[in-house]
Amino acid sequence: MKPFLAVMALTTALVAPELAMAKQVTLTTTLNNYGGDGAYLAFYVTDANGAYKGSLWMAGGKSKYYEHLSDWFRATAGNAAEINGITGASVGAGQSLTVTLDLADALFDAGYELHIDAAVEDMRDSPSEVVIPLTRDGAGQAVRGRRYIETFSYDM
Amino acid sequence: MLRSLHKIPGLVAAALILLLATTGVVLSVLPALETAQAPAVTAPAPTTAELAARVAAAYPGVEQIRRAPSGLITAFYFENDRPGRVVIDPATGEGVREYTPSAFSRWMTNLHRSLFLDDGGRLTAAAGALAMLVLCVSGCLLTVRRVGGWGRLFSRLRGPLAGRLHVEIARIALPGLLLSSLTALVMTAGTFGVLPSDRAAPLFPTEVSETMGAAPGDIAALAAVPLEDLRELTFPYPGDATDVFTLKTVSGTGYLDQGTGAMLVWADHGPWQQLSATVKMLHTGKGAWVLGLVLGLTTLGAPVLAVTGIIIWLSGRRSRPRLPAGVRADRADTIILVGSEGGSTWGFAATLHKGLMVAGHTVHTAALSRFAPERYTSARQVIILASTYGDGAAPSSAQGFADRLAALPAAPAIPLAVLGFGDRQFPDFCGYACEIARLAEEKGWEQLLPLDRVDRQSPQDFARWGRALGQALGRPLELAHQPALAPTHPLTLISRRDYGAQMQAPTSILRFALPSVGLWQRITGRGFPRFAAGDLLGILPEGSAVPRFYSLASASRDGFVEICVKKHTGGLCSGQLIGLAPGDEVRGFIRRNPDFRPAGNRKPVILIGAGTGIGPLAGFARANRKGRDMHLYFGARHPKSDLLYDEELRQWQADGRLASVNTAFSRTADRSYVQDILRKDAVRIADLIDSGAQVLVCGGREMANGVTAAMADILQPKGLTPATLKAEGRYVEDVY
Repeated sequence: MKPFLAVMALTTALVAPELAMAKQVTLTTTLNNYGGDGAYLAFYVTDANGAYKGSLWMAGGKSKYYEHLSDWFRATAGNAAEINGITGASVGAGQSLTVTLDLADALFDAGYELHIDAAVEDMRDSPSEVVIPLTRDGAGQAVRGRRYIETFSYDM
Repeated sequence: MLRSLHKIPGLVAAALILLLATTGVVLSVLPALETAQAPAVTAPAPTTAELAARVAAAYPGVEQIRRAPSGLITAFYFENDRPGRVVIDPATGEGVREYTPSAFSRWMTNLHRSLFLDDGGRLTAAAGALAMLVLCVSGCLLTVRRVGGWGRLFSRLRGPLAGRLHVEIARIALPGLLLSSLTALVMTAGTFGVLPSDRAAPLFPTEVSETMGAAPGDIAALAAVPLEDLRELTFPYPGDATDVFTLKTVSGTGYLDQGTGAMLVWADHGPWQQLSATVKMLHTGKGAWVLGLVLGLTTLGAPVLAVTGIIIWLSGRRSRPRLPAGVRADRADTIILVGSEGGSTWGFAATLHKGLMVAGHTVHTAALSRFAPERYTSARQVIILASTYGDGAAPSSAQGFADRLAALPAAPAIPLAVLGFGDRQFPDFCGYACEIARLAEEKGWEQLLPLDRVDRQSPQDFARWGRALGQALGRPLELAHQPALAPTHPLTLISRRDYGAQMQAPTSILRFALPSVGLWQRITGRGFPRFAAGDLLGILPEGSAVPRFYSLASASRDGFVEICVKKHTGGLCSGQLIGLAPGDEVRGFIRRNPDFRPAGNRKPVILIGAGTGIGPLAGFARANRKGRDMHLYFGARHPKSDLLYDEELRQWQADGRLASVNTAFSRTADRSYVQDILRKDAVRIADLIDSGAQVLVCGGREMANGVTAAMADILQPKGLTPATLKAEGRYVEDVY
């Protein structure tokens, strides 16, 4: 999948107001061959207490399925404004998704966590399939998801 | 219009419908298979609380329990940080096998709903469903128009096999196809968010007890959910005190406190969500496997409908002849208007058009629906050729004519001739042409010729009418119509048996060898087709392009082609046939006559015929190897002269192919006719009819009328008439 240059909604607090205070971050997610249709993935950030701060990316276009991304859905009540302009296609089994976006410097090494919720039609929902702290040292280190994600890493 | 609404979507979407129907049939079996493979629930069925307790005991790391509409229960769990999924036996809570969703089913589902093309494919499949829906509705209306009303929707059909098969299968498959296509469209609308949605889950509770440890078996809200209502039960994250149990049932979604077991939030499904669940069940058969199988069975009809539909369209196209070039309507002295359904009347129109041109007329030919008298400024006569659709209704190329005629302030000042095309065996022979003639008379439209009728596309009837028309126009007119004929084959006479010489009525049973046909001809469909007794043998006599038809007295499995021929004074074809010696050749072809044969059941059969009419009846008896209860009533002149098949009749009685043979002779002291022996045997005939017997009559028109009258008297005490039996297909005639 080609990298996206995310055009992030201004309402999300995560966007850097000026480029000088921002880092270009690339999120790379590779799915395993779980034997199902395309997966919906929600990328979002919480603070150290687990409180939702904002969304980074939504892979999957039909809002009727968002309730299966249950942690994200619980935090946002499925509010479409949270992912306005940062939505792409669902990701097939064994495929990779690469998203590039500008993230505020202040998000790193400040206790924030990146979550990925995953859901596949007729298969088990997997909320918080990946949860990793956002740190400068953690960049480039691949982690494994619980069910569907073979590897995930962020690079800057 | 209605016909185009059926034809165009049918042709455009045929391949798509073929694919959707085939994959749909395969998918229809899966719910039943899944139900059969689900571990049985033993009575008393556990509640959701009991099931949850059993599963939690067997799998301490359980995350979620699901119950599919098929009854299959699955659990998802983590053990040593590895996810697992198993099929659960509800009696024990133990896994019976690993749960692996079927890759085949997923592949088939994706092919069926999106042709592996994602949203574009889903829209294409939906277009296929829409086409199917339009085809169902237009096809249903067409059939109603053809059979003459909703009440007769299930009446017996006539006509060529492809057409009959198409309607017969459609009548059975219609409800299933209608349901499948409608629900498919609703599901697509839901997928694309066109339908209003009220499916969002309730908001997560704002406050929880933040205690843990309620045993699922003790939670009252779970105990209140019977197993068959459960959809999903999701357990809280281990160690997260703020999380809850999430319960989804057939009626709604709720959150349960993991410490107290209390129901924190509950929301019933909205009406739209319930509708979409019902529609999904109706379409997929998931949770209603019997319905799924029934839908699958009816969907099997769709590929047959697609293929027969295309065959009907192709044969309709082939039979439409090319009209010779005509002149514009305002320059023609003769206007020919054609009301045709299947296209054969256009063939007659083409012959008339050519004949009139040869006779020096300027001719314009058009569909009757394009009737525009204001344009006929040079016309001196209008000729209408009209067939009938169903029970006296206007054929497709005549739509709107009656209204346009009625709307005229006065009848056109150009004299009119109407010729009807139909089948004398139908109750309303040439009904639509009669209707035109009546409307024209009411309007005061001057007649060029009185209404005439052509029976079963008879070229002889047509030629006779042509001579009358020529006389009326003052220029002789010869119309040698050759219907689009099947290719003829040489037939060699192998034997003949002669009767009737003493009565000056030479009659012969002629037996021809089956023409030898090469393999290539057979494959390309140009061989001598298979035939059965009762089908017709068309013979092209030398010196004429117009075939004569004889009822066949044998079937192809008999290995020979047999007909009965009586010499008519001055008859060209019968003269040639009677004059044949073994080894001589004639040219012939088969025309199907599928309505004239014993019905495919085991009920008794009454065969009634006179003279050469015994031909097909003898063929039916000869084929009756299983000894079905078959009775023959046969009229001839004299036992010593023209008792056709005398030897065989004795033999067939002896071996059980004929239960009884009754004969009437008109030139003996008795002077009795076949209707007389029917009346004498009235009690037995009435009994046979009571037990479901079918009557087959073959012979001359006069004899058939006499038989109808006799049968009417015999049936009257039973409250039946030949007409009611005809409507059921239990009284069929082949009359010449």
